[in-house]
Amino acid sequence: MYYPTYARRSDPFALMRSMLRDFDPFTPTGITQPVFPAVNVWESDDAVAITTELPGIDPADIDISVKDNVLTLSGERKAPQVPEGARWHRNERSFGRFTRAIRLPFAASDDKVEARMVHGVLRIVVGRPEEDKPKKIEIKAA
Amino acid sequence: MSSDMTRSADKTLDKTPAETPETTTGGRIYRPLTDIVETDDGVTLMLEMPGVAAEDVNVTLEKRVLTVRGKVHIRTPEKLQLAYAEYGEGDFERAFTLSDDFDPDRIGAEVGNGVLTLTLPRAAEAQPRKIAVKGA
Repeated sequence: MYYPTYARRSDPFALMRSMLRDFDPFTPTGITQPVFPAVNVWESDDAVAITTELPGIDPADIDISVKDNVLTLSGERKAPQVPEGARWHRNERSFGRFTRAIRLPFAASDDKVEARMVHGVLRIVVGRPEEDKPKKIEIKAA
Repeated sequence: MSSDMTRSADKTLDKTPAETPETTTGGRIYRPLTDIVETDDGVTLMLEMPGVAAEDVNVTLEKRVLTVRGKVHIRTPEKLQLAYAEYGEGDFERAFTLSDDFDPDRIGAEVGNGVLTLTLPRAAEAQPRKIAVKGA
């Protein structure tokens, strides 16, 4: 196979990159729908917290459920109400139903899940069950 | 191909950085996603600024340039450590050049659920007037 980028001496990694591109079976060819919402996961010995940005979504339209060690977040982003005859100049935001499952490092019970939404940012805190918490082992003197 | 699907399932929509000079603190500035709708009365802008409270939004109009800034107070949860991150946090900034016919004193701004809605009413003299055509 001929790699035309190799001719450009100024970029020593061009050949490697173009070869990797040929071997990479995952490079998306079409436009793939990105996953919504993006989440950040925080962890400690006592709990796991998940934060996600859900601007423009009414907290009443969000469903959070926990089964064993999977937390499912679903809901709907409703399109804004626009008066009839309005002309759209830009439509960068997207709308519709979404669902996302997040695997937790432990099986959680419903009563240990707390969710709070402030200014369009949702924060879910899942308490770690007692039996899953790390135990400190005392070393006894001989 | 199934592997294509598994890969695409991991991809989240990245927030776009704003086209502004870098900050002194090294924090990032993002460009809020915006919907703009026009009616005969004026233009409505809806900007997604998650994490921004109403008092932290700054809207200025100078020489036809409407600048919107939103400050995010990054709250690191206590005793928790970031284990996995898909999105970054930072302030929001975006500017639009407007046409002349807006009334700067009547611009309305409202924040709800992390979305800033700006209503720009058209100046009274700029409202489109319908001219009736009479038959001869």
